[in-house]
Amino acid sequence: MTAPLLDVRDLHVEFRTKRGSVKAVDGLSYQVRPGEIVALVGESGCGKSVSSLALMGLLTKPAGRITKGEILFEGVDLARLPEHEMRKRRGRDIAMIFQEPMTSLNPVLPIGLQLAEPLLQHRGATVAEARRRSAELLAMVGMTDPERRLDQYPHQLSGGMRQRVMIAMGLACDPKLLIADEPTTALDVTIQAQILELLTSLSRQLNLAVILITHNLGVVARYADRVNVMYAARQVEGGTAERIFANPRHPYTRGLLAAVPRLDRPRNAALATIDGAPPNLANPPQGCRFGPRCAHRTETCETDPVLAEVEPDHLARCWHVDAMSNDQEPAPPASVRSGPQREPILTANGLSRHYAVKNGGVFSRRHGIVRAVESVSFDIMAGETLGLVGESGSGKSTIGRLLAGLEEPTAGHFSIALGDQADATARRRAVQVIFQDPTTALNPRMLVGEIIAEPIRVHRLAIGKIAIDARVASLLTSVGLRADMVERYPHELSGGQRQRVGIARALALEPRFIVCDEAVSALDVSIQGQIVNLLEALQRELGLTYLFIAHDLAVVRHIADRVAVLYLGRLMELGPRDAVFANPSHPYTRALLDAVPVPDPVAERARGTRTLKGEIPSPLKPPAGCVFHTRCPIAKEACKQSIPPLRETAPGRFVACLEA
Amino acid sequence: MLGFLARRLLLAIPTLLGVAVITFLILRVLPGDIVEVKLRADGGAVTQEMVQKERVRLGLDKPVIAQFGDWMKGLATFDLGNSMWTGRPVTEEIGIRLALSAQLAVMATIVALVLAVPLGTLSALARGTWIDGAIRLLTMAGLAVPSFWLGMLIIMGLLAVNAMPPLVFRPFFDDPWSNLKQLFWPALAIGYRYAAVVARMIRSSIIDVMGEDYIRTARAKGLPEGKVVGRHGLRNAMLPSITVIGLEFAFLFGGLAVTEQVFNLNGIGKLFVQAVTQRDFVLIQTIVMMSAVIFVVVNLIVDLLYAALDPRLRVR
Repeated sequence: MTAPLLDVRDLHVEFRTKRGSVKAVDGLSYQVRPGEIVALVGESGCGKSVSSLALMGLLTKPAGRITKGEILFEGVDLARLPEHEMRKRRGRDIAMIFQEPMTSLNPVLPIGLQLAEPLLQHRGATVAEARRRSAELLAMVGMTDPERRLDQYPHQLSGGMRQRVMIAMGLACDPKLLIADEPTTALDVTIQAQILELLTSLSRQLNLAVILITHNLGVVARYADRVNVMYAARQVEGGTAERIFANPRHPYTRGLLAAVPRLDRPRNAALATIDGAPPNLANPPQGCRFGPRCAHRTETCETDPVLAEVEPDHLARCWHVDAMSNDQEPAPPASVRSGPQREPILTANGLSRHYAVKNGGVFSRRHGIVRAVESVSFDIMAGETLGLVGESGSGKSTIGRLLAGLEEPTAGHFSIALGDQADATARRRAVQVIFQDPTTALNPRMLVGEIIAEPIRVHRLAIGKIAIDARVASLLTSVGLRADMVERYPHELSGGQRQRVGIARALALEPRFIVCDEAVSALDVSIQGQIVNLLEALQRELGLTYLFIAHDLAVVRHIADRVAVLYLGRLMELGPRDAVFANPSHPYTRALLDAVPVPDPVAERARGTRTLKGEIPSPLKPPAGCVFHTRCPIAKEACKQSIPPLRETAPGRFVACLEA
Repeated sequence: MLGFLARRLLLAIPTLLGVAVITFLILRVLPGDIVEVKLRADGGAVTQEMVQKERVRLGLDKPVIAQFGDWMKGLATFDLGNSMWTGRPVTEEIGIRLALSAQLAVMATIVALVLAVPLGTLSALARGTWIDGAIRLLTMAGLAVPSFWLGMLIIMGLLAVNAMPPLVFRPFFDDPWSNLKQLFWPALAIGYRYAAVVARMIRSSIIDVMGEDYIRTARAKGLPEGKVVGRHGLRNAMLPSITVIGLEFAFLFGGLAVTEQVFNLNGIGKLFVQAVTQRDFVLIQTIVMMSAVIFVVVNLIVDLLYAALDPRLRVR
């Protein structure tokens, strides 16, 4: 085995805060060899990003510092290196790319200058040399017309393109190690696949070591050689991807793997979840940090477990590794719902939403029309969940806002079956929304109790303080929160608890129909499962109907009865969930499903590279004919000419494709 | 670009018209007019007849609407009229003083920027240290101290060290040394407050910008901190500051009135004060309109600078 390029030994990072010091990384050790892709996996706050910023010497000063341990990079301890020495290595030997390519590039400088900077800094290149090399780099990361791109600004590029620029920037000085911190979390699945395939092939081609920080186990399975799982500032499991996925030995890893809805497994009745939430690192629990949430917990767990080898190339920090056998707990059979009632609660007919836009700039007055949603028709049956999927910019959220009455359709109409006496107020009440980010969707200055009571008061569903308080308490209980949470502010709750408040607020008006707009996308895997299960339980109890908007296809497959696939504002495919997922008719649906990696390294490595080429075109200028033809692998001449109508190919299955 | 300029200049017309109406009305509502002030200043007996004759000569006997109409007609044809006091064209009265005031304004701005940019930046980067504390104290003082008081202090200080600046204005191109010696101190008195406002703005925007992701990216490239701040930080931080710099420049003309008195400079500000005490309507109106035009033009320049600094605002 080759010598490690990077050897992290017992790394400790502390942040000093007003409330005392927080151990953000508590004894992390791992190695990275040249050309290897090593994943750091864990939920938010587990220390995976902080540990990498520590490698780069980029911890926020003076609050954050390395308190113990060594970071040996080519034999030199980076943790002890003075800043001017560290600076020479940053961008030259070790490069880093970040999650949010929009904000990670300087908005007021041209791409070319930003790309040239490391070359000018570390290589002493002349401006002309740097420019030539920058163009080469852009070509290497698969950007067309690199010369012209150099003079463009970040806002003129799409998210995927910006991340390519970030990668090009990282590779400018031929680094030996690239740290990719959630590089595709902000991107669509199709673009995620493009970016990760690019990273992998570059890694192989340039013998580049990559540290891939991610929460997505599918991504880990497909792309990583080695995996380190982190939980509450500690490493709980580490080893080769094959061994860890085949036989996870830490209950947390096992829990995570069970909690992810997967496209390659039969659908279970309820998602497995990990109870509770990760501990507060200012005051971590004694003994095993996962103890309070662990089902296998015994008295031994009061003492801190050590990271020990359970088999060659496989470490785990648990006293009960031997009890973690690999028999898959038999999956409970897929739920057979008591057949949703077959009459539609909502019928949308030729729904369109266009926006007039000023085409940017102080000097410009040119106008254009964004066709966010273009003549979309569908029914939603009472008591069912309709999943709405598609890349960003496909019009999913716009449809949600139209149905919730937050916007008026430009053309077409929809009707909600509420009985004859329903007026506008009743309609408003009947349709509620659960938003994506509970942190920003709840007013930070209002108490939880006030947030939930407000709609009750406005619609006079209960009169008098006692009645309202009782109603709020029962709503909180129904979403799994304690009634005494009314006295808290949103920032005092965890992400999962905040989303429960968002759900309680939506339920306050006793709606019939709820639009869940990316309602679980901002949550960590273990919390996401809890919320999905809650939504399903509430649906059963209250007979709710959901429009479930999500970009995560596996979650949609788990929760939805039927699925609608959108592309550039048009409906591409609509049908029963199992039929669509097992046997997609539209090439776009197929491409979307193909782009999702499943958490199984064996299966993933057996699959070839498959990426949908290109990116979603601008809705200002949608392609003529079938809007998908520019990226479609089976497009024919005819597809450019006429817009394919939505045809019923089998009972309940609709496809808008000439070839299907 | 040209279309944008034309549109903005057209939009300025209603603004200026509004300023004209309000100024005109306020002057007509104020008690007393120039005729009485002027005649009484000569001493001696003033008869009703003399007053009436003078009113007719200055056109003050006409109905208010007609007076406004005359003025507007004059503005449209760039005939701004004569000073009611001296009888000379107002353009001439203003012209001989404009060079001094304009130079003073520009110098005050330069003083302000030279102080504000480094101080604001330093304060932000050294946030929470004694350096930051000292700079913030300095800027707080700049906001609190009126410029005329600071002017008086400066004059007293100069007298104490026997370094009184020249009293006669020499145009810069005739005698730059004497010119600068005379105008530097009033520019400092005005520029200090200006610097204080801008430095505080720069401090807070740099603090914001230094927390942005692209600053982390710049550091991850291995750039030295100077380049991180200079190239990636300052340019983004200047965007909000430019608005303040522009607004303050326009306000600066108000400050001139007082400071020119203190330093005994014969500039627009002093002229304005004089015109008001003498109820010289024509002169007052013209100076107010001139300040309004400066305001509009400075705002336009601010918008153009914004577009120059921020590519997101340019035409695609």
